[in-house]
Amino acid sequence: MSTPNVGTTETMTFAKAVNTALAEELRRDPTVFIMGEDVAEAGTPFKVLSGLVDEFGTERVIDTPISEAGFTGVGVGAAMTGMRPVVDIMFGDFLTLIMDQVVNQAAKIHYMSGGKLHVPLTIRTTLGATRRSAAQHSQSLHAWVSHIPGLKVALPSTPADAKGLMKAAIRDDNPVIIFEDKLSFQEKGEVPTSEDFVLPLGVADIKREGRDVTLIATSSMVQVALEAAKTLASDGIEAEVVDPRTTSPLDDATLIESAKKTGRCIVIDEGHRRYGASAEIAAVVSDGAFWWLDAPVRRLAAMDVPIPFAPNLEDLTVPTPADVVSEAVTLINP
Amino acid sequence: MTPPKTTTPKKPWTRAAALRAYEQMMRIRVFEEHANDLYLSAKMPGLTHMYTGQEAVAVGICEHLTADDTITSTHRGHGHCVAKGAAYPEMFAELLGREAGYCRGKGGSMHIADQENGNLGANAIVGGSAGIATGSGFSAKARGNGDVSVCFFGEGALGQGLLFEVMNMAQLWKLPVIYVCENNMYNEYTHYSEVTAGEILGRPQAFGMRTAHVNGQDINEVHTTAKDLIDRARKGEGPAFMLCDTYRYHGHHVGDIARDYYRSKDEEEEWKSTRDPINLFTAWLTSNFKITEDDLASIEAQIRSEAEQAVDFALNAPYPDDSEVDQHVYA
Repeated sequence: MSTPNVGTTETMTFAKAVNTALAEELRRDPTVFIMGEDVAEAGTPFKVLSGLVDEFGTERVIDTPISEAGFTGVGVGAAMTGMRPVVDIMFGDFLTLIMDQVVNQAAKIHYMSGGKLHVPLTIRTTLGATRRSAAQHSQSLHAWVSHIPGLKVALPSTPADAKGLMKAAIRDDNPVIIFEDKLSFQEKGEVPTSEDFVLPLGVADIKREGRDVTLIATSSMVQVALEAAKTLASDGIEAEVVDPRTTSPLDDATLIESAKKTGRCIVIDEGHRRYGASAEIAAVVSDGAFWWLDAPVRRLAAMDVPIPFAPNLEDLTVPTPADVVSEAVTLINP
Repeated sequence: MTPPKTTTPKKPWTRAAALRAYEQMMRIRVFEEHANDLYLSAKMPGLTHMYTGQEAVAVGICEHLTADDTITSTHRGHGHCVAKGAAYPEMFAELLGREAGYCRGKGGSMHIADQENGNLGANAIVGGSAGIATGSGFSAKARGNGDVSVCFFGEGALGQGLLFEVMNMAQLWKLPVIYVCENNMYNEYTHYSEVTAGEILGRPQAFGMRTAHVNGQDINEVHTTAKDLIDRARKGEGPAFMLCDTYRYHGHHVGDIARDYYRSKDEEEEWKSTRDPINLFTAWLTSNFKITEDDLASIEAQIRSEAEQAVDFALNAPYPDDSEVDQHVYA
């Protein structure tokens, strides 16, 4: 909603939007390349990168060994020496394997060098549960990297945002980690066709306007919040859905402004609740909108358990539209 | 630990190049003496790790490199930094956390970087720069300009999986990267033989990588061997692994004084008295060129005078302004 005058649009899936963004940037800038496991002929297990290798060849769409730390490190070094690598980490859970290269190397090199060295590196990875993939392929670990100064963290929730944020990440001179919700890949939406459709990193988007309660939702939880808002509207409650789009930098002002307007705020995020992104966002809103709030800021997040395999158990761990509706109603009519 | 005998060509250097190599080794030696003094006199914040004793490795290799070639370095990195062309005043200023330092005082001894001379930085994570060096080699290959990347690391990094991940990729993709393993025999406070299985060179050889094993105290041997490996990397013939047997004269860091429990004073004395890289090169220089000990002494005197001035400059240079604390977090 906050991206007016974007020119012509085309209906496409989230996956196609990511693919389009990468293709446009590969075409525009010869220093851009993609590196990761099964990114070339296979186009990743989710087929998001299908076709890129046909246009750009195996020198720029590069299949790596299963060595996440190693090829992320190669990405860091290439970024420091004039390239703009996109490193593909197949599952967000594999962040555990690359943390030294991301946290101790990529994030700190600009600062430690007194501003002389740059790391224009993009890492694209995933988040999200309820794919029946169990505990090591279902986590949402964006809070880990949002905690580290020097990193930017983007969480697209729509096909348009997927394109605009990917292009922004590639053009940014800092390391940017993009988390894509695995369940969003086949979602369709209107996507601006302009090759210069680049969203700013650090600007939230109001996905739905409302006056009664603010739902701050990230990534996979934006659709959950929008569905909840629809149900609430039928009960006469108008929810405002705000998507931060990046957890680092975080657009404090827009989040606080919305909470001031509605007086009530629920934060919905698929990371674990304890020490999660939802905690930071709730703290920012509580600090900034305290005197305008009619109730404490509430949080809905993934349960503090490893993601279970059994479908009935897994579904219990992630916030649903019904959870959001119930929380909102309780907040408004305690 | 006995390196294979190699035949070093009689004169691997011109007279001028040999004198420069001597000067660079002495430059490292003198830098470290002053860094140690700054620590002992409590003028330097934190700790530092001395490169003294290993000078022939850094200089023997870096004398083949241009400013467009890159290196990555380690926590024991002052030697690499000097050898790659860094200047004393900015180096001492960085060690003391001053704004005039190479990294505006924000990096310090363990993160000193000198981009203009192709030094992508020291690294305080053991083996942590292996990815960066390999990525720099990737960039050089993508640009096709014949630049090479040298990854300096100690034998302690042989315990890190990252090194083997990137060596696999470098060999697979024929990247122009030279992996230089400086075996100074001690992983911090533990002899490497206690923690290293098999043969060191068996590891790169398993990837099909070209390897070499040299006496790291003999700069002629280091220099001659490095030339072959660097030349073939520049020609696109792929990476190499160069194992250099060497020795650090100090402890793991400047504060590691009482170290008899992990290595004997006799051992230290033997390396210093019989295998010192500067003494060995001095003997070679004076017997192969018309160079006298006096010539070398005047080079040393000049370096010492520069060091005194640079230390004085750094001690009097201001710290970064408080407003710098949140600058350079993001580009």
